Amino acid sequence: MARDAANREQFRPDDHEHDHFLLTSVVGSYPKPTWLNRADDLVDDPEASFDEADLEEAHDDACRLITEEHERTGLDTVVDGEMRRNEMVEFFAERIDGYEFNGPVKVWGHNYFHKPSVVEEVEYDEPWLVDEFEFTDAVAERPVKVPITGPYTLANWAFDEHYGDSEALAYDLADLVNEEIEKLVEAGARYIQIDEPALATTPDDHAIVGSCLERIVDGVPDEVRVGVHVCYGDYSRIYPELNEFPVDEVDLELCNDDYQQIDTLADGEFAPDLALGVVDVHDAEVESVEEIKQNIEQGLKVVPPEKLTVSPDCGLKLLPRDAAYRKTENLVTAAREVEAELDAGEIDVPVRGTPTADD
Amino acid sequence: MTERVATTLGLYPLPDWAKDELSDLKGHQKSDLVDGSEGPEVREAYGRVREELIDDQRAAGLDRVVEGQGRWDDWLAHPLAVHDGVETGGIVRYYDNNNFYRDPRVVDDLAVDGGDVAAELDAATGLLEDDEPLQAVLPGPYTLAQLATDEYYGDESEFLAAIAEFLAGEVAAFPEHETLFLLDPSLVTEPPADDANERVSDAVDTVAAATDADVVLQSYWGAHEEKTYAHLMDADVDAFGFDFVAGDRDTHLYNVTEYGTKDAVSLGLVDGQNTAVESPDTVAERIDWVTEQIPSQTFDTVYATPNTELAYLPVSTYREKLAVLGEAVELAAGTEVSA
Repeated sequence: MARDAANREQFRPDDHEHDHFLLTSVVGSYPKPTWLNRADDLVDDPEASFDEADLEEAHDDACRLITEEHERTGLDTVVDGEMRRNEMVEFFAERIDGYEFNGPVKVWGHNYFHKPSVVEEVEYDEPWLVDEFEFTDAVAERPVKVPITGPYTLANWAFDEHYGDSEALAYDLADLVNEEIEKLVEAGARYIQIDEPALATTPDDHAIVGSCLERIVDGVPDEVRVGVHVCYGDYSRIYPELNEFPVDEVDLELCNDDYQQIDTLADGEFAPDLALGVVDVHDAEVESVEEIKQNIEQGLKVVPPEKLTVSPDCGLKLLPRDAAYRKTENLVTAAREVEAELDAGEIDVPVRGTPTADD
Repeated sequence: MTERVATTLGLYPLPDWAKDELSDLKGHQKSDLVDGSEGPEVREAYGRVREELIDDQRAAGLDRVVEGQGRWDDWLAHPLAVHDGVETGGIVRYYDNNNFYRDPRVVDDLAVDGGDVAAELDAATGLLEDDEPLQAVLPGPYTLAQLATDEYYGDESEFLAAIAEFLAGEVAAFPEHETLFLLDPSLVTEPPADDANERVSDAVDTVAAATDADVVLQSYWGAHEEKTYAHLMDADVDAFGFDFVAGDRDTHLYNVTEYGTKDAVSLGLVDGQNTAVESPDTVAERIDWVTEQIPSQTFDTVYATPNTELAYLPVSTYREKLAVLGEAVELAAGTEVSA
């Protein structure tokens, strides 16, 4: 069962101008400034005087820069653009006991990642993200969302040398994610996003992801908003099953194939809030405000406005930085214009016309 | 006496230096991948890759040498991705893996171009000693058709036949080779519909008829459906390859017991998708175990292989896996397979 998502109101800015409130957010990653990439290389160069402390300062600078860039776009909730993270699995595997690295492997073309191997039982060592959150939270005026790679993805995008059963590994990892969220909540975090792109490769495992999420939210207070992000998959294979996920919000990439899959979700019974991808992250051409408004209206086929969050399809890191900025800015402008039109009763909400099982 | 042969399914990981060098030379976008028109610098780098991949096999004592297919950016779709009659489209998922290839959209007659794989094998032949037998590797026709999008032929059976003819043309241009492996994972991941099974078997025949070498049709990530396997038995190949890592061993043994198999057999026994390295003893035992489960048959040749391509692995692990295969076959050698 989806959680009670009434916690979205805490993200409504005090000066919000409309009665309607479409929560605007991002999935997480953002293009790194070129000087940060140079800094990442420099710290590995034995000839250079640039050391780990310098790199940490560079990361701080980048996090501040991107958090403020997010705020300038007008987003209701912000992220630091994952400036400290190298890759979504590597970053966590480096922090969890039980993983080791054997070298890069191919994803496609000349894109590689250091796919880790699980060689013994995974254990929690030191906090993964608390420092990152505290820094960003101190910089930001808006609430900060914390993306965490989900246990199913951490299990499946690694070589399993120890468990011989990726389900058992995923559940152990889910317990560690739960422990991390507890620490993040203590530090003040109120918006957590679990990233599970691996579910798209093996959609028949939705029940395992559901069981992982049960473990993840165990003991997490209701006022903490918990979402799950899935992308580039055939959603008919995980819907309506995802209605059982114990989360407040499900974030889906849908813009990339021009909402061909929206009807799959538009049965009037979508249970969690929907965070709808409204800009394409694999196309540098910036969508106009008008185009994004039409995309947002696609979401109203699935959920009413009070359950709709507006977000890019996925992380923006592969885009040129100015395109990432302008897409985000247009996304916010479009959301505010749709809110005004909803206030004025100028927009239909198709999902309200859909009979539900209770009717 | 059964000959045991240590070999692989090809598609090796690039050496780490080549990952860096080639990504700098080529770029990271889908338009930067190999299309058959690489410049001299890129070709020269791939030449060094080829040499290293062949050396790796020598060091491991493998009984067949593959070219290693460092250029195959698009996995098994490569032979089409470099074809003049094909336009590469968006990035699509490669089976149930976190790997992607460019969708090869066939937009013109496949008979008009070819020879890319033959050129690779010519280059490999130039690096081999006389006593080092070359093994060629291609996708099976069904798999290649499944990986591609047909925008020219408009008919499923015509398309499959055209793919088979294209592959046969490639094979006819190959230099001398001891063995040809046709990799056909789609036969088990997306088995042919009822009436297509016979056509698939014919398509395999078309390719196999183009060479005098021993032909192994290897599938992986599962076991054959009964009907598919029954039809494949009609195909004129020398061996079927079975995945004993990810496939269900009981289903393999059931098929083989019910319908028989060829005089040679290929066994995928080393996990091509896990960094856990098997011990040579264990692999040697598995070779004997499988053959003992088929008491009705004495094999001329048993190929021992990884269950999949090896490009999923980091370089250090891939090398260890090659060594395990070489050692395992040596350990198993000399013990006659019980009839």
